[in-house]
Amino acid sequence: MELVKSITTPVVLDYDYVTGRAQSRFLRGIAEGRILGQRCIECKRVYVPSRGACPRCAVRTEEEVQVSDKGTVTTFCIVRVPSENLAFNPPYACAAVLLDGANIPFTHVLQECALEDVRMGMRVQAVWVAKEQLGPTMSSIRYFKPIAEPDAEYDTFKEHL
Amino acid sequence: MAQRSAVIGIGQTKYDAKRIDVSMPGLVREAAVRALEDADLSWRDIDAVVIGKAPDMFEGVMMPELFLADALGAAGKPMIRVHTAGSVGGSTGIVASSLVESGVFERVLCVGFEKQSESNAMWALTVSTPFSVAVVAGAGGYFAPLIRAYIRRSGAPEDTGIRVALKDRQNALKNPYAHVKIPGLTFDQVMNSPMLWDPVRYLETCPSSDGACAMIFASEAKAAKSPGKPAWVHATAMRSEPTMFAGRDQVNPLAARMNAKDLYSKARITNPRQEIDCAEIYVPFSWFEPMWLESMGFAEEGQGWKMTYEGATAIDGDLPVNMSGGVLSSNPIGASGLIRFAEAAMQVRGQAGEHQVDGVHKALGHAYGGGSQYFSTYIVADHKP
Amino acid sequence: MRDVAIVSFAQSAKARETRNEVEILMPVVQEAVKNSKLARQEIGFTCSGSSDYLQGQSFAFVGALDAVGAWPPIKESHVEMDGAWALYEAWIKIQTGDVDSALVYSFGKSSPGDLPEILALQLDPYTMTPLWPDAHSLAALQARAFLEATGKTERDLARVVARSLCSAVTNPHAVVSGAVEVEKLLAEPYVCSPLRAHDLPPITDGASAMVVVAGDLARKLCARPVWIRGFDHRIEPLGLGMRDLTRSASTEIAARNAGVHKGVLDFAELHAPYSHQELILRAALGLGDEIAINPSGGALASHPLMVAGLVRIGEAAMRIMAGRGDRAVAHATQGPCLQQNLVCVLEGE
Repeated sequence: MELVKSITTPVVLDYDYVTGRAQSRFLRGIAEGRILGQRCIECKRVYVPSRGACPRCAVRTEEEVQVSDKGTVTTFCIVRVPSENLAFNPPYACAAVLLDGANIPFTHVLQECALEDVRMGMRVQAVWVAKEQLGPTMSSIRYFKPIAEPDAEYDTFKEHL
Repeated sequence: MAQRSAVIGIGQTKYDAKRIDVSMPGLVREAAVRALEDADLSWRDIDAVVIGKAPDMFEGVMMPELFLADALGAAGKPMIRVHTAGSVGGSTGIVASSLVESGVFERVLCVGFEKQSESNAMWALTVSTPFSVAVVAGAGGYFAPLIRAYIRRSGAPEDTGIRVALKDRQNALKNPYAHVKIPGLTFDQVMNSPMLWDPVRYLETCPSSDGACAMIFASEAKAAKSPGKPAWVHATAMRSEPTMFAGRDQVNPLAARMNAKDLYSKARITNPRQEIDCAEIYVPFSWFEPMWLESMGFAEEGQGWKMTYEGATAIDGDLPVNMSGGVLSSNPIGASGLIRFAEAAMQVRGQAGEHQVDGVHKALGHAYGGGSQYFSTYIVADHKP
Repeated sequence: MRDVAIVSFAQSAKARETRNEVEILMPVVQEAVKNSKLARQEIGFTCSGSSDYLQGQSFAFVGALDAVGAWPPIKESHVEMDGAWALYEAWIKIQTGDVDSALVYSFGKSSPGDLPEILALQLDPYTMTPLWPDAHSLAALQARAFLEATGKTERDLARVVARSLCSAVTNPHAVVSGAVEVEKLLAEPYVCSPLRAHDLPPITDGASAMVVVAGDLARKLCARPVWIRGFDHRIEPLGLGMRDLTRSASTEIAARNAGVHKGVLDFAELHAPYSHQELILRAALGLGDEIAINPSGGALASHPLMVAGLVRIGEAAMRIMAGRGDRAVAHATQGPCLQQNLVCVLEGE
């Protein structure tokens, strides 16, 4: 008699995900092609995406600030390992992008550039989906691509490393 | 006010990609029984049980400690389940020690485990919420950009990580429990292994392992009755900081530095590099060795890589690090932090067999978790504090 | 043993929140800290309770740190349990002398998922979960066994519900309340016999926070600190066939160790998500009919999972602090059919 060594039991659970108020504002901004952040009343720093709270000061953030969709790559890695639910096929560059006007980088993918050209300080810009496809979801920004601006000086972003 | 606490029993399972030979209860019992045998105790002698493990989605069971209660002899006893992300193993040890230090309990069993082969860890780490885009590929995808930032800040030679990986993997050959063992591994083999998240290569990355580690903490009175040599807890420390805030230093986090300061102050250590004989540090990606050496105060900021380069952290160096092969060789996430604590205690008790360092009086156990934000550490020694 | 007192408590509960966990938690933590009269940085240790599976995300508790003020870095820990056990860890920490005060909090939203189904994952994955027995069905099994073993009736359950919902009318955090007649309750259809909808815990989203302080510092901060005089918790095997479901052996042990009957009790806050469980717990704690149970309305009026246990302790403490009692017992539970139980004895200054 052969012993049972393992059983496979699929688990399926559905959750109604609630974004919360701050994230909701942020996503509605995205649906209009705008990137919204929030400024902390105490430390004055601008958080993107807006999250409703400044973790540094533990206070609610209310003041809305629109930031640019252009920014600087502070750091990055090249993803080569495949995984089940990734939005992009490896290899791709996953970068921390410090948008102009924000005080905290924002993680996204770089495309339209050779992997070996990706570098810290590179200037990039968001590539959006077509206007009629904009919706309240991060995937309204397809990816970031390099733009013809000189690299940012290390000192301008080193505090974000 | 704190009572003294000592480690009097340690048990580990063989770590492997899939421990298909045991169920979850079987896995935790394998470690717990070994710890009891090491301490010459029976289940009845244990007053309380602490379990630590990482996200429940790694096994697909919500609060698995509930169904494991009787496997761990916990029926009728207090049981606590700790979860502090990757540092959970360390936190588990600290909670267990606290239960003894409080004076409320005399012998506490703690177990850290993960049987992540039962679910899909990569998926569990990347569960995407709606409205978001899954771009960060697992833990490696999160940490690789930080490593790149460290390399830039410190000017460390690009092959520093390879040297750490080679050292830890060679050490693993001396550890009967280790998961990943590659006899005859060379520098070139590590260097030529596939790049996973540039700059981190396959052989510089921790495996996904099933396994459990158990420790028994006891009061001074009970430790005196114990057959083996107790490893006395001189200090424990925990610090946390938020994941992401403007201007956060994730490479040399303040929580790590404050944790070290608190730990050494409690243990009355003024020169860690000299006073600590060896360390088991949580290094899941090779570059974390130089990074944590700096935040733990063994080296100045930006200089940690030199200790690796100079061979100071080799098993025959002046501050051996990860003699067991470390997280790079065995990584059941819920247990990995506790394994660091256990291996540090084993060094002090002279139990580490082939990977024993001679003349260890004082050792450091270190665990971290989350986005380099949770730190749990302890110091054990062969004499009372 | 150091004397440890509760000096402040805050909570939030709603049937369905449109705020996310961080937004719910932040004002609750701020209120508890403010009422403690300690500055956030002065609180020595922080400990929380929550569940990843409830939130449908790994490391769900990490985001909560944003709400709590973890900068500069704090001494902090977390249990994947009801907040009542986070309070226990904090109490132990204070006993070690490492800290003199602690902030304890817990949070959970039950509305996003199908909670009774999610809780089927809280069982033996090899032999029980594949059958997907939801939490209500298991509780009903226990209720049936209890009624048949003790001779209690469905009318007795309905009385527990009627009394709870009536008490809840004055509780701003209740999600269900009102004056209901026992006959009307008994006329309702079964959801899972012998339990009807009102015998089950209402789906609730919520959070709670509490500050505890040792010794004389508590007296400086608070006119009437509420002392923790006894504190113990125990677990039983999970398997339903491995324990007597009609009594709560672990509660009995915890009650003895916590010294519940070392003095007169004015009232009790019992964490009984199902009506029949209140009767089981009453017996386990040895509470006579003269002792008021759940003046807050209890878990039948509001049940944020992972929070409700800590809320029982908080409700009891606030009532004592307001002078509406001197000594009480609070209880928390988790696991199917009262598997794990915690007992806390409180006494006003």
